[in-house]
Amino acid sequence: MAWLGHFNYWVVVILMMIGFYAVIARGNMVKKIMGLNLFQTSVFIMFISAGKIIGGSTPVLREGITVYSNPLPHVLILTAIVVGVATTAVGLALAVRILEAYGTIEEDELVDPPDQPADESHPGMPAGKGDTAA
Amino acid sequence: MRTNGILRVIARFLIPLIMLFGLYIQFHGEYSPGGGFQAGVVFAAAWILFALIYGLDAALEVIPERAQFVLACLGVLLYCFVGLLGVVLGGRFLDFYPLLDSPHAAQQTGIVAVEFGVGVTVATCAMLFFTFFARRKREIDAAETGEDD
Amino acid sequence: MNIGEWLPFSVLVPLIAAPVCALMPGRTGPWLLAFLGALTSLLIVAIALPVLWQGELSYPFGNWPPPIGIEYRIDAANGLVALLVAAVATFVLPWARIINNFEVPERQGIFYALFLLAFAGLMGITLTGDAFNVFVFLEISSLSTYALIAHGWDRRALLASFRYLIMGTVGATFVLIGIGFLYMMTGTLNMADLAERLPEVRDTTAVRAALAFIIVGLGLKLALFPLHLWLPNAYAYAPNFITVFLAATATKVALYVMLRFIFTIFGHDYSFFALPLTAVLLALAIAGMFAGSWVAMFQHNLKRMLAYSSVAQVGYMVLGIALATSAGLAAGLLHLFNHALMKGALFMALGTVFWRVGSVRIDDLSGIGREMPWTMTAFALAGLSLIGVPLTAGFVSKWYLIIAAMEAGQPWLVALIVITSLMAIYYIWRVVEAAWFTPAREARTPVSEAPLSLLVPLYVVVAANFWFGIDTRLSVGGAEAAARALLGGSP
Repeated sequence: MAWLGHFNYWVVVILMMIGFYAVIARGNMVKKIMGLNLFQTSVFIMFISAGKIIGGSTPVLREGITVYSNPLPHVLILTAIVVGVATTAVGLALAVRILEAYGTIEEDELVDPPDQPADESHPGMPAGKGDTAA
Repeated sequence: MRTNGILRVIARFLIPLIMLFGLYIQFHGEYSPGGGFQAGVVFAAAWILFALIYGLDAALEVIPERAQFVLACLGVLLYCFVGLLGVVLGGRFLDFYPLLDSPHAAQQTGIVAVEFGVGVTVATCAMLFFTFFARRKREIDAAETGEDD
Repeated sequence: MNIGEWLPFSVLVPLIAAPVCALMPGRTGPWLLAFLGALTSLLIVAIALPVLWQGELSYPFGNWPPPIGIEYRIDAANGLVALLVAAVATFVLPWARIINNFEVPERQGIFYALFLLAFAGLMGITLTGDAFNVFVFLEISSLSTYALIAHGWDRRALLASFRYLIMGTVGATFVLIGIGFLYMMTGTLNMADLAERLPEVRDTTAVRAALAFIIVGLGLKLALFPLHLWLPNAYAYAPNFITVFLAATATKVALYVMLRFIFTIFGHDYSFFALPLTAVLLALAIAGMFAGSWVAMFQHNLKRMLAYSSVAQVGYMVLGIALATSAGLAAGLLHLFNHALMKGALFMALGTVFWRVGSVRIDDLSGIGREMPWTMTAFALAGLSLIGVPLTAGFVSKWYLIIAAMEAGQPWLVALIVITSLMAIYYIWRVVEAAWFTPAREARTPVSEAPLSLLVPLYVVVAANFWFGIDTRLSVGGAEAAARALLGGSP
């Protein structure tokens, strides 16, 4: 039953693969961001698991306690969570803007041939300074 | 959702508690689990709950968007200011020992001041996220009707 | 006062200027603040560089002694890359003011604040001596970069930004996993401390996995073939100022971090034996050189063409590193430096053309060489440097690369370098041909030459291409000192 001792890490691997699969295989941008979140969260669990010491208490100095959990992974992951929140916010904001510009957030419904002249894809595109300055 | 009695009563009961809890985490962060980020998020959650129940307009009257933005910047600047204070007083960046004579008190003052800046920034940033996303649809609709005129 | 006390301020000044910038109204104020921030960083690094060539400097934050606290540890390698990043920011900003007023007319306070954050992030990655700090600054610069790319006027900028966000975040999370493994195995995050403690546990799967995760994660950021897919669109649709800045700095910083991990932390004798790194990097570098150049030859959008050329140029840098010799490493670092100069100049010339014409498609630019002779001459001169004509910076780095390949006993690499340089001649010539030897399209309104305020900064960067092609004391000397620092740091 040794593998059960690494229960957390099995969860990490499974979550990571679910998230990664969603990022790659899903066409919907919101689902991609959800997959990305899952992927990041699994890494957070990995760090937190590494910081846990059996029988350890919260890392605050108190009387009668000698074994503490390692606080450093928690601090690191707190930072990583902040990064994750910011990534999600930027990603969702981009998804909203894409929805407004294209009318869809499904990858396979987005059609923008790479060779299409820029002028036709964007009616509000700047015409350059040439016409005013020349 | 303002008309739903149950929601309103529970929100009225919960919002002050959540805010108080946020402040508790903020100001006990230096010697118990907690700190600026958690406190800021909890505090912002109270405001977001308020906005969900009473509408965004009412919530923006409490803290206007411009105020959120300015506070978010000022929080970062407070952090940097405390950090630079250490340099000015002859130490290094984020060095708290030169702030006060007693090393223990100096560390505590420094970390409380820095974490306050973090808390303000995180709380207002979380509010800004919510405001931007919640307001976007209305902005677009307004822009489209404006174009039709 | 000791210059080491001031070095961290090359990161802190832009970082502190960013929130101030976000609060500023109008256009001139934010621009001026961004410029002063970049200039301060440049001055600090430039003053410190001669000291760094002698030895390394360390700055513990909050006076917590390393390895407990976060420390900035700066040697010749970071010094060179930091100098490059700060110099690019400082010299591109004067050019960018007019361009940005045209391309990003609104809310420039936030735009420049984001730029300062991206800049501070890149400087932070470069200077820090803490593995986790690398991840944090990586994300600071990446997140602001995603937002900056989305400022492009074309709606495809949004898509490019979103795809970059997905790939970039996966890459950064891979780096985080790798750093996590390292921390679990050694219990430290300080780079120097990691280098000391890793040899005890080096034969474990976890450390090997950490190396693999970090290389793949940074490979994504570095646009190493075949992980480059985000790069062409991100460069093509970003605002021109951002394209110039990113093309000249972002991939270079990612490459530097990879070098730091491979050489200082893991030690090159470990990195190149635990994994078949030489074979993998060599194969990917050559594939990137050919695929990038090949695709660049058939692009209609010139910004995309230069972006694919960047993929090829990253291949040259990685090629030098994959040789795993001191000369190869120096050649890779030298090309890192020189490539920033040439791609900066090329993208600046294209940005100037875009400012007048409103397009960078090759069909729209026919005959432009007669209408904007100075701008297109700058493009052609920078193109010569990209090809590697003698007396230019590009020649110097290719020369050193060829020598390194010969010394490493791999003369067949020389043939490959020459072939890809010929491909570069083709795609640069296409532009020259369209600009001077094709009649202008009638649909396009004739334009006039760009004003001096755009031409002067452009020619400063072009002149740098020739300066560093003749006087190589800074570039070659810096690269060799950096290679020594990286190799010497390994246990």
